[in-house]
Amino acid sequence: MTELDLDALIDDAGTRIIVTCGAGGVGKTTTAAALGLRAAERGRKVVVLTIDPARRLAQSLGLTELDNTPRAVAGVKAANGGRLDAMMLDMKRTFDDVVLQHATPDKAEQILANPFYQALSSSFAGTQEYMAMEKLGQLHKQAEQNGDWDLIIVDTPPSRSALDFLDAPERLASLLEGRFLRLLLAPARGPFKLMSAGVSMAMSVLNKVLGAQVLTDVQTFVAAFDTLFGGFRQRAEQTVALLREPHTSFLVVAAPQNDALREASYFAERLRAEGMPLAGVVLNRVTNSQATELSAERSLAAAEKLEEADKSPLTAAVLRLHADKMQQVVGDHRRADRFRRGHRAIRTVEVPALADDVHDLTGLRQIGDLLTA
Amino acid sequence: MARLHVVTGKGGTGKTTVAAAMALSLADEGQRVLLCEVEGRQGLAQLFDVPPLPYVERRIAQGPGGGEVFALAVDAEAALLEYLDMYYHLGRAGKALEKVGAIDFVTTIAPGLRDVLLTGKVYEATRRKAHGRLAYDAVVLDAPPTGRIGRFLNVNHEVAGLAKVGPIRNQADAIMGMLRSDVTRVHLVTLLEEMPVQETLDAVEQLEKIDLRIGSIVVNMVRNSPLDDDALALAVKEKLPTAELTRGLKAAGITIGADLVETLATEAHDHAIRVGLERENRDRIDALGKKVVELELQPEGIDHGTLFDLAEELRHE
Repeated sequence: MTELDLDALIDDAGTRIIVTCGAGGVGKTTTAAALGLRAAERGRKVVVLTIDPARRLAQSLGLTELDNTPRAVAGVKAANGGRLDAMMLDMKRTFDDVVLQHATPDKAEQILANPFYQALSSSFAGTQEYMAMEKLGQLHKQAEQNGDWDLIIVDTPPSRSALDFLDAPERLASLLEGRFLRLLLAPARGPFKLMSAGVSMAMSVLNKVLGAQVLTDVQTFVAAFDTLFGGFRQRAEQTVALLREPHTSFLVVAAPQNDALREASYFAERLRAEGMPLAGVVLNRVTNSQATELSAERSLAAAEKLEEADKSPLTAAVLRLHADKMQQVVGDHRRADRFRRGHRAIRTVEVPALADDVHDLTGLRQIGDLLTA
Repeated sequence: MARLHVVTGKGGTGKTTVAAAMALSLADEGQRVLLCEVEGRQGLAQLFDVPPLPYVERRIAQGPGGGEVFALAVDAEAALLEYLDMYYHLGRAGKALEKVGAIDFVTTIAPGLRDVLLTGKVYEATRRKAHGRLAYDAVVLDAPPTGRIGRFLNVNHEVAGLAKVGPIRNQADAIMGMLRSDVTRVHLVTLLEEMPVQETLDAVEQLEKIDLRIGSIVVNMVRNSPLDDDALALAVKEKLPTAELTRGLKAAGITIGADLVETLATEAHDHAIRVGLERENRDRIDALGKKVVELELQPEGIDHGTLFDLAEELRHE
C-alpha cells in the first residue's frame, strides 16, 4: 500500500503521455484538467485532450467551441517555459480528417457522402473511443515533430465500462476487415463463384428486406473504404503500441463506490495483462470530516436527546447532518481500505470530496494540490 | 392511456433501477408488465440477481401490487434472424448469413438499422395479443442513455438515409407511429447535478422536437436536509450562531474539543452550498413544466428490498 506521488510523475521528463480512465461520473475529466494545469505551472508543455467535459469545467479551460484543435488556456501561471493547451474531441471531424488524409480527393468525397459512412462516423458505438485514440496518435506525432508539447494528458470517453476504449479500435478494425465485407467486395474483384449458393440466397433476402439500394450502398462504401483498411488497422496497432511504451502512464480514477471500485479493479487487471503501465489509482471524492471523533451513532443520539428535551433544534439539525456525513465517511473509508488491501501492489492517492463543483482555474489548482498532498 | 414507458437518463443516474422500479409499480393485481433492456449489458439480471437473461420473455418478479413482471434482453441479431424467419422462412439462408458475419455486420455498421430491430421487438411486444386481450398491460423499456436517446427513438429518420423503401422502412414507419402516439411516454431520470440536469434539458428539447411525449422527470437519489431554510440561509453565509451551538452541544452532553462547534458549522456551510446548487438544478428541471417525481437516496445501495421500496414510492405518485 504505497502512496501515489503525482508530482513525481508529472515532473519526470520521461512521462510523455498520461491517460486518465475509469467508469463514468467519477471525476476523470476534472482530474485530467487539474493535473494538466499543475504540470504546466511546474514547467511542462502540456496539452489536455478532453472528450465530453461538463459545461462549467469546459468554460474554465476556455473550451467554448468544439473545433478539434488545441487552444492555449488563459490564466495559467506558467513557469519555466510551461504552457497549457486544451481541446475537446470532435469525433466525426477526426474521422473525416483520417479519410481525407488517406484517400484520393474523389474517393474521399465518395466516402464522406455515403450514408453508411455517415452512420458509422457519427453514431457507431466505439467510434468515439477509436477517434480519441486516433487524436492521441496525432497529437503525439505533432509533439514529437515540432516540440509543441512534452506532455499529453488524455481523458477517455464516458462509458459504463472503463475497458471500452481499449477494445473499440480492435472492434472497429475487425468489423471493417470481417469476412462478410470480403464477400461483399468479391463480386467487384473476381469470380462470382466465390459466393456459395447459401450466401447468395441470403444476400437476395437481405436485399428484399433492406430495400434494393442498401447493399449497393454498403458495397460502394466498402469498395471506397478498402484503400483505407490497411491504414486503419496499422494506425490502431500503432496507437496501442504507443500505450505500451514506458513514457505512457495510466491513471485510473475511481469514486469510493462499489461499482466504480470494481471497474477500477478490472481495469488494473486488464492493464497488467496488456503490459500497459499503471501509475496508480486516484480514489476520488472520498468523504472526510474534521470531527471524526464524534461518531455517527453518538451524534444521532445527541440529536435525539435535544429533540426529546425540546432544546436547540438548530444544534439537533447540525448533529443529524454530521451523523449523515459520518456514515458516508465510514462507508467511503471502508470501501477505499478494502480496495487498497485487495491491491497492495497498486499505488493510490485519496482526494477528499469538495462541497462545490470545479468551475475555474482556482478550483482546478485546489484539486491539483489535493492530488499531490 | 400510456402503456409503453421508455426510461432514459445520463449514465450513473440509476436509469435501469428506475425502469425496474417502474415496471414493479405498474404490476397491479392481475396485470402483466414486460421490462425490456436493449444494450446487451444484462443490467436487469444483475439488478434482480438472476442468471443472464436469454432472448426470451421470462417471469422475473411479482410486483408489490400482486401483478407479474416479465423481463427480456432484446438482442439485435436475434431480432433480425427472428424477423427474417417470420417473414421469409429463411432456414438455411439465415444460418449462412450468420456464419459469414452478415447479421453482425448489418446490425453493427448501421446503428439506425440496429435501433429499428431493437425498438421493433418492443413495438411487437406492446401490440401483441394473446387469448383475445393484450399480452402485456404495460411495457417498460430501459433505453439507451440521454446522449443517444434522440437518435435511438427517431428510428424513422435514422433509417431514412439507409433504406428508402422496403419492409425495414415500413417497419420503421409503424414503430415511429406508435412512439409518437398516446401509447408512449418517455421518462427521464436525473440527479440534481450539473451534467445530468443539462443532459435532461437537452434531451427533452430534442425529444419534443421529434414529437415524442415526455412522461415524467424522475429526480433520483434525493437527500432531504435536516436543516430548515432559515438555518441553510445562515449556514451559507457562515453565520450560524456559534453561541447557541455551544449551548446546544453542552445540553446534549457532548464535550469534545474546542473546535467542534467550528467544524460542525463548516460542515453545515459546505452542505448548504451543495443544497443551494441542488436547488438551482431543481429550478431548472421545474422550469420545464413537466411532472417531476422524486425518489429518495438508498444509502446502502440498491438490492431487491430497496427496489420494492422505490416501486412503492412510484406507486404513490
